[in-house]
Amino acid sequence: MMYEIRDLKLSFPDISRKPLLGPVPRIEVLKGLSFDVPKGVVLGIVGGSGSGKSTLGRAMLRLLEPTGGTIRFDGQDITHTPEEHLRAVRQRFQMIFQDPMSSLNPRRRVGAIISGPLRLHGMTDLRSRVNEALDMVGLPRNFATRYPHELSGGQRQRVGIARAIALRPEFILADEIVSGLDVSSQAQVLNLLEELVRDLGLTLAFVSHDLSVIRRLCDRTLVLHHGMIVEEGATAALFDAPQTAYTQELLAAIPLPDPDQPWR
Amino acid sequence: MNSFLEVRNLNLSLKAGMPILRSVSLNVAAGQVHGLVGESGAGKSMIGKAVLGTLPRALQVTSGEIWLDGVNLNSLPTAERRKTIGAKAALIPQDPLTALNPSKRIGPQITRRLVDILGWQKSDAEARAVELLHEVHIPDPARVMKSYPHELSGGMRQRILIASAFAAEPKLIIADEPTTALDVTVQKQILRLIAEMQQRHDTALLFVTHDLGVVSKTCDTLSVLYAGKVIEEARMRRFFTRPIHPYSAALLKATPTYTNPRGSLTPVPQSVIDATEREVREHDMRASR
Ligand SMILES: Nc1ncnc2c1ncn2[C@@H]1O[C@H](COP(=O)(O)OP(=O)(O)O)[C@@H](O)[C@H]1O
Ligand SMILES: Nc1ncnc2c1ncn2[C@@H]1O[C@H](COP(=O)(O)OP(=O)(O)O)[C@@H](O)[C@H]1O
Ligand SMILES: [Mg+2]
Ligand SMILES: [Mg+2]
Repeated sequence: MMYEIRDLKLSFPDISRKPLLGPVPRIEVLKGLSFDVPKGVVLGIVGGSGSGKSTLGRAMLRLLEPTGGTIRFDGQDITHTPEEHLRAVRQRFQMIFQDPMSSLNPRRRVGAIISGPLRLHGMTDLRSRVNEALDMVGLPRNFATRYPHELSGGQRQRVGIARAIALRPEFILADEIVSGLDVSSQAQVLNLLEELVRDLGLTLAFVSHDLSVIRRLCDRTLVLHHGMIVEEGATAALFDAPQTAYTQELLAAIPLPDPDQPWR
Repeated sequence: MNSFLEVRNLNLSLKAGMPILRSVSLNVAAGQVHGLVGESGAGKSMIGKAVLGTLPRALQVTSGEIWLDGVNLNSLPTAERRKTIGAKAALIPQDPLTALNPSKRIGPQITRRLVDILGWQKSDAEARAVELLHEVHIPDPARVMKSYPHELSGGMRQRILIASAFAAEPKLIIADEPTTALDVTVQKQILRLIAEMQQRHDTALLFVTHDLGVVSKTCDTLSVLYAGKVIEEARMRRFFTRPIHPYSAALLKATPTYTNPRGSLTPVPQSVIDATEREVREHDMRASR
């Protein structure tokens, strides 16, 4: 298993309700999640805004420390591992962020953006690794000298992917990476991701609010609602026969590009 | 059919000369919903802004006419043009949070247009606002009038902007990506509400969206834009069953649909992009002669 997650809980202090005396109350965002991510699988994580998708992703990459439960990554319990001991695993998982413009430093060139994590992990041979990553995402090598604002949305998202795969991680978490893209570049980025997963033998968690995209890309799907898993299973089965009212409601609300869909 | 809005051969360019809209023509009849679709940057929002007279300074109309309710807007002096647009047309914007002033209560934000632009009495405007909030199914209008935008959900804020758009009984509504920021379940409620209001008030609606799924649920007719040029005009059903322009057909194939996962999400082929680009260049050559 790439991940074994049991009763995962995560809460944040609720500063807006801080009393004069006593402890700050906490908002529970993840309310006891249990699921596995087998190696080589593409897992879709879907749910409405505020359901806890990004928080779950950040906990899985230990950008946040859970308040309860356990996270095992490739058998190793990383739930509370202190930062200085996380270094070795950090090389093995990477994240691609939602908004390519705000996650890419606007003052750094594409080459420096891609080599950032490589440098951090003490890799050498940076230039050839950057070139290789650019090749893999289908961008010309001379893009290394460009700045993010000189790229289209789809190209920026490719840079985000290149940066994530340059380290040759085993696991990638992609958080809403096609949400801001037009359908044509969305289709290109998703096809690219599908190819990379196959060619590099990656395990991928793909966070999205778009069930149609999830259906196309993911082997398994997990539906999150108010910080709880309402449904989890093989994607085809989940879409063909959704078991819970919430999943049924989500599916029924999607406007398909088809005038005959019963929708109203 | 009589058009309430008629855009005739509208050309719009950056002051530096770069074309933004290329001989755009379209009609929206009273009580009808016309969709404007296309990828980002195609010029959808600029058409709406040209109609409402809110174009950014960097852009100018180089030729063409906009007729609203039988009046050529270009023929009116600025002040009168503004008044005509204010009385006959209104916008439902994309992002309810940036469209509302965060430091002002909801009530005055709805009544302001009625008082400032249309010269209503404040008390009449307030009564009308409460009535409108009822109409958009907001449970406790009196309380909501006193709330600040951040105290309300995204869906509630969009309901308020819809109420606000219909306040002065305009006969044309321009909705610019009105549900893009919302969850699908909320989107469905808001789209239903817009349809309900549009029908009850018998307004013409110009519906801007990049989402072909949304178009198929909302529009009677549509125009597909590419690089500021209308490449296809169609009745809704015909567009989805028999798109004529290869770029339209490619857009449909690129749109993800969970009911047909393998048949969707095909990138627009480069050959289609090249051919469409060629059409745009041919238009520019004809226009410069
Ligand atoms: N750092 C934080 N402090 C307090 N609350 C947070 C923090 N991060 C997220 N939240 C809250 O957790 C909930 C889930 O957020 P998130 O995981 O971003 O949802 P999603 O990605 O599904 O939209 C939201 O209500 C959000 O406001
Ligand atoms: N304030 C502005 N200054 C210069 N160019 C602009 C401005 N606003 C929009 N544009 C340009 O006009 C074109 C059409 O934009 P827009 O109508 O907003 O596209 P859409 O709504 O279809 O995404 C784009 O190429 C955009 O870059
Ligand atoms: Mg998120
Ligand atoms: Mg726009």
